Amino acid sequence: MDAAKTINQIASLVPDVSEPVDIHAAPTKAFRRQDMIFHRITLLFALLVLAGLFGILASLAVEAIPAILEFGPSFFWSNIWSVPDDRFGARIAIYGTLVTSVIALLIAVPVSFGIALFLTETCPTWLRRPLGTAIELLAGVPSIIYGIWGLFIFAPLFSEYVQPQLQKALGGVPLLGELFSGPPIGVGILAAGIVLSLMVIPFVASVMRDVFETVPPVLKESAYGVGCTTWEVVWNIVLPYTRVGVIGGIMLGLGRALGETMAVTFVIGNANRIATSLYAPGNSIASVLANEFGEAAPGLHISSLFALGLALFVITFVVLAVSRWLIRRGTAKQGI
Amino acid sequence: MDIYSRRLLANRIGIGLSMLAMFVGLIALLWILFTLFSKGFAALSWDFFTQDTPAPGTAGGGLRNSIIGSLMIIGVTTLVSTPIGILAGIYLAEFGETSKFASATRFVTDIMLSAPSIVIGLFVYALMVATLGGFSGWAGSVALSLIAIPVVVRTTENMLRLVPSSLREAAFAVGAPRWRVSINVTLRAVKAGVVTGVLLAIARVTGETAPLLFTALNNQFFSTNMSQPMGNLPVVIFQFAMSPYDNWISLAWGGALLIALLVLTINVGARIMFRSKGNL
Repeated sequence: MDAAKTINQIASLVPDVSEPVDIHAAPTKAFRRQDMIFHRITLLFALLVLAGLFGILASLAVEAIPAILEFGPSFFWSNIWSVPDDRFGARIAIYGTLVTSVIALLIAVPVSFGIALFLTETCPTWLRRPLGTAIELLAGVPSIIYGIWGLFIFAPLFSEYVQPQLQKALGGVPLLGELFSGPPIGVGILAAGIVLSLMVIPFVASVMRDVFETVPPVLKESAYGVGCTTWEVVWNIVLPYTRVGVIGGIMLGLGRALGETMAVTFVIGNANRIATSLYAPGNSIASVLANEFGEAAPGLHISSLFALGLALFVITFVVLAVSRWLIRRGTAKQGI
Repeated sequence: MDIYSRRLLANRIGIGLSMLAMFVGLIALLWILFTLFSKGFAALSWDFFTQDTPAPGTAGGGLRNSIIGSLMIIGVTTLVSTPIGILAGIYLAEFGETSKFASATRFVTDIMLSAPSIVIGLFVYALMVATLGGFSGWAGSVALSLIAIPVVVRTTENMLRLVPSSLREAAFAVGAPRWRVSINVTLRAVKAGVVTGVLLAIARVTGETAPLLFTALNNQFFSTNMSQPMGNLPVVIFQFAMSPYDNWISLAWGGALLIALLVLTINVGARIMFRSKGNL
């Protein structure tokens, strides 16, 4: 009897429920072997991704050894970068990286906050989607475009119209005036920071908008219900609720700004010295690498550049790790 | 001034500033795009696509060799990073629910998504250029792959997680082995999303300059040999924009426009595709 046979077959496939069984286990040996192979293959590729990061760290560290042996740990804070003398230190480049990133964030954070506030609270609904998409598309514009625009369009206008005015307005103020002293030549630390901020704004704004949208509507509605103004709702409800995610977004922008090469290299002026004035040309880690690595002689110069790369990687790694952790915490929060 | 008008004033100022921020941001970004288009279109011509990059001081010239070089490097990058990224993404979504290894990999891909691209160039220089004796198109592709893979991994994993578990269970119930479920059922269900991820990865690497500086380097002449230094658009833009020659600077704007158009087209295409088919 065929029917009985089929029933028996089916019965043999039904797992014995008296024992705990893995319901995902394939019914035959061949399937099990294929699954094993499939598991191994995908695991191998996941391992490859993980190995990439450790490979980067290890290779940078190995290549940096000669420079660190020669100059000692003081390499990372000594204030010299002289190719003819074969003496190198990281302070100038680290200073440039940090200062341009801080300027970028000082501009980008309030602007991004305003954009995110506008997009989530006051923008007419029909305009939300197109504007949000525009911001996201702009985050994808390659940074070299920002760089070339900064060099040819922004820097000349900046030196002609903005820098002299700033100098006139703030030059007399003690301490603060120092930052805006010197010849207004356009390219320099300040210009690099401003161009960088334009590049970072779309990133930070879209993260902020995303975390603002996680606020439960009922929270905002109850605040509006007791008569809060839009500003009060944003300042007292939305921002405290999304604080962690917002900081995460800012850190993500910081991570981008620290490691950005092209937007900075074009406009920072490429001078290996630290000046008090923000008008003065300088150098960031990424711009030193972009400018010098191609022509560097093997030996201490190359090794010092690798040590700079290592410093940059470690700094951004820490910033990005913190930002990831904060964004996770910020968006995972559901309810109150 | 009573408390009501004070609150109203604060509201007006706050909202006004936010609108100003939106306005300023949009104006700045539109300004960048506008100059890019006006300067870039002025540089586009027949020669731009059919001539090779000019020698210093000579007139005319185009970007044919670097356009071809860029396309080849990006093509190889796509071929390398798509399978690696998708398979690693499948691992994370299907086998890596809770394991420590999977969460470490997830963490690393998140970091690599925003890692400074110039450092990846340094790494590939140490890995391939210094050891294999020279700059090459292959090294450029490897560097770009390292940037593209995390994008593909993340989107693949996120997409696979959207597949309802009833779909998986139905496939298991008819006796399909796990790998068939992954490839023929879940992966197929999110095909549009995964393709979107690959497209976004391509868009991301198209404009990357820093990792190519010390890997593919540049080549003034036409070459399709991936084992040799290879001309490519981003590095040519960088070198030409910094040069004192007017025709070089003009070519740099043309190249920048070409790259921006390519990136925007791919991004918009990916969005349209995802919107029409990606929603489960």
